[in-house]
Amino acid sequence: MKPAPFAYKKARSLDEAIALLGENPDARLLAGGQSLIATLNMRLSAPGLLIDINGIGGLDGIAHKGGAVEIGALTRHCAAERSDAVGKHAPLIARAMPFIGHPAIRNRGTLGGSIAFADPAAELPACLLALDGEIDAQGPKGKRTIKAGDYFKGLYETALGPQEILTAIRLPAANAGSRVGFAELARRHGDYAIVGLAASARADGKGLKDVRLAYFGVGNTPLRAEKSEAALVRGDVDGAVAALDLEPHDDIQATGAVKKHLAGVLLRRVAAQLMEQRP
Amino acid sequence: MSMDIDITLTVNGERVAERVEARKSLVDFVRDDLGLTGSHVGCEHGVCGACTMRVDGVIVRGCLMLAAQCDGSHVETIEGLSDSGEVADLQAAFEQRNALQCGYCTPGMLTAAQELLDQAKAKQSVPSRDEIREHISGNYCRCTGYHAIVDAVESVAKARAGVKS
Repeated sequence: MKPAPFAYKKARSLDEAIALLGENPDARLLAGGQSLIATLNMRLSAPGLLIDINGIGGLDGIAHKGGAVEIGALTRHCAAERSDAVGKHAPLIARAMPFIGHPAIRNRGTLGGSIAFADPAAELPACLLALDGEIDAQGPKGKRTIKAGDYFKGLYETALGPQEILTAIRLPAANAGSRVGFAELARRHGDYAIVGLAASARADGKGLKDVRLAYFGVGNTPLRAEKSEAALVRGDVDGAVAALDLEPHDDIQATGAVKKHLAGVLLRRVAAQLMEQRP
Repeated sequence: MSMDIDITLTVNGERVAERVEARKSLVDFVRDDLGLTGSHVGCEHGVCGACTMRVDGVIVRGCLMLAAQCDGSHVETIEGLSDSGEVADLQAAFEQRNALQCGYCTPGMLTAAQELLDQAKAKQSVPSRDEIREHISGNYCRCTGYHAIVDAVESVAKARAGVKS
């Protein structure tokens, strides 16, 4: 289908974009557009104005500094995919990248857009939660930082205010003790997952500590499986699968029961990834 | 706030200046305003890949970009890639190996495959069949079952790298 009519304005600065959001309550920000334009074409969404932020300088780029990896909101997936800094210091993001859409989608889509859109079946929100990352936002009252655990509020709903713009995400940089795991099941490579799992942990002797499991495609937001995390710290993979307390709903791809089963399958795969890595 | 946007861009090497509706997708623009109907409109939500074209050197979904966003850009469609001879060997291989039947997906398939082959050339490698499948995973073909398409892309990858099939 074709989208409903809307106006279009290219913002030249963050301040201009924030002001435009204030003046136009029915406006949406346009970054990579790989989710937004699809929803416009399907008329699931009909904003009066699109504010194109692609021309705003300084919102892209990947930097490793102060024990963290900072990724600008307008960084495109393909840039993160090819980034040595991401491969070395944010290996979970590197592992997830090939699963995000298809090459043509990754050439346009942005990391900030994915986190701001907060599709519960998308890879990056779960990675951010698994890594206990942070989101930088700027609005009319200035800048603030939001922890990933406080950010995902509901279906496509985040802690961002109506006039706030996500400017960057920050992830703790990996070091010798870091362990990450990632797996997802989809009917076609690159499609949204039926179920997916992003995980991080720290090596503790031969075992693991600080395990964080973030599932996607099983609820309204990416979801931690905290009881299973505790079981993995005890080295009990069977117990971790048994302790999964997800209650996924049926959707177009699978029934809730199938999704729950697959969540256990993925947990075993990811647990093996976490345990087999050596510094 | 304007619903119509003036854009100036380069399409297949030619400068184009047009006024477009803000909501008009890039693929509708090249088809309806410029008469370049090689790019196809399939699903219109980024799933099928029939509208794959190049903007500023990288492949994109023509249905997930607005024409208004392409002000100042270099757009290349299958017509441009075909006329320049850039994909002539791919086209010949598709024909030789029956890698198309109805042909609806073919322009997008060729454009996507060409990007993979360019990346392989830069790395001086030949993509594996799995890598070829992964790269064209965003392009649906409802006729061929993909096998012949992978064969065609693989044969061109080898030929370009000077490797015997």
